[in-house]
Amino acid sequence: MSAEPHVSTHGHDAHGHHGDHHGHDHGDGHAHGSRKSYMTGFLLSVVLTAIPFALVMTDAFADTRVTAGIVMAFALVQIVVHMVYFLHMNSKSENGWTLMALIFTLIVVVIALTGSLWVMYHMNQNMMPGTGAMSGAMSASGDVGGGGM
Amino acid sequence: MSSATIPPGAEAPIFYETDEHHHEAGGSTMLGFWLYLMSDCLIFAMLFAAYGVYGGSYAGGPDQRELFELPLVAVNTAMLLFSSITYGFAMIAMDENRKGATQAWLAVTGLFGLAFLGIELYEFSNLIHEGAGPWRSAFLSAFFTLVGTHGLHVTFGIIWLVTLMVQVGRKGLIPDNKRRLQCLSLFWHFLDVIWIGVFTFVYLLGVLR
Repeated sequence: MSAEPHVSTHGHDAHGHHGDHHGHDHGDGHAHGSRKSYMTGFLLSVVLTAIPFALVMTDAFADTRVTAGIVMAFALVQIVVHMVYFLHMNSKSENGWTLMALIFTLIVVVIALTGSLWVMYHMNQNMMPGTGAMSGAMSASGDVGGGGM
Repeated sequence: MSSATIPPGAEAPIFYETDEHHHEAGGSTMLGFWLYLMSDCLIFAMLFAAYGVYGGSYAGGPDQRELFELPLVAVNTAMLLFSSITYGFAMIAMDENRKGATQAWLAVTGLFGLAFLGIELYEFSNLIHEGAGPWRSAFLSAFFTLVGTHGLHVTFGIIWLVTLMVQVGRKGLIPDNKRRLQCLSLFWHFLDVIWIGVFTFVYLLGVLR
C-alpha cells in the first residue's frame, strides 16, 4: 500500500522499478511471465494439443472410450498449463482472491455440467419412444430435438 | 446531553471517515476483470452443458462424424495457440518498456486472431452450404451457439487489441495502458482456455462418438 504513492511520485525509472518489484505485493501484484516461462507453456501446449489430435485422427485405439479418456485427461492438463504459464495463476495474487474466485467458479461449473448431463440423460432414458407420453412415431435419435420432424 | 460528556476543547469523536481513502487509479481493476472472466466462464459452462445435452439430437440430420473436418480444426487451434505466445511476447516487450516491439507483437497477435476467425467463418459457411445450419437440428443449434459465442469473443478481443495499439501509439506505455494490456492479456489467454474445451469436447470427442 504505502509503496505505491512512493513509486508514482518518484520519476526515476530505476528507482520506480526497484520499488515495484520489492516494495509491495498488493494491487497489481500479478506475476509477469518471463520469456522462458511463456516458451515452456507454449511448448507444453503444443505437445498437449498435438497428441490428442493425432490419437483421434489416426484411430490409435480400437476402443474409442480409451481414446476419449486420454483426450479428456490431456485437456485438463492443458487447461492447468494455460492457467499457470499464461494466466499466471497463483495463490498469492490479489491476496488469494483470484484463486478463491476460480475455485468458486469451478464448483459452480462442475455442478451445472454434471447436473445438466445427468438429469437430461436420465430423462431421455425414461422417455424413450413408446414408454412414456411421447408417441412411437419419433425416431430414437430425435428424442430431444425432434420437434421439427 | 451527549455534548456534556466531551471535554471542552477536545475534538468530536470520529465514528466514520467522511474522506475517501486514496486509492491508486485502477488498483482493483485486475481483480474486477478476473471476476468478469469468471462470470464469462459460467456463460460458456451453460453453453457447454446445452451442447452436452443436445449433442446427440440430430433430428435425422448429419452428425459430428459427417460434418467435422479435424485438419481444419487443428490449423485453427494452432492459430489461437500462436496468438497466445505472441501476446506473451507483447507483454514481455511491455515489461521492458519497448513500445515498438509491443505494438509489433500485438499486430502479429491480431493477425493470428483474424486467421482464426477467417477459418472459423469458412467452416461455418461450408456447414451452412451443406444444409447443416443452426436450424437443422438441436445438435447444430447448440454447436453454432457455443462456437459462435467463442468466435464473437475473439472478434471483440481483436477490436480491443486494435484500440490498445492506437492508444499505445498515441500515449505510449503509460501505467493506464499497461493495465489495459494486462486485462486484454487475461482475456486473450482465457479465450484460449475455452478453446481447449471446445476442440476437446465438441470436435475430438464428437468425432469419436
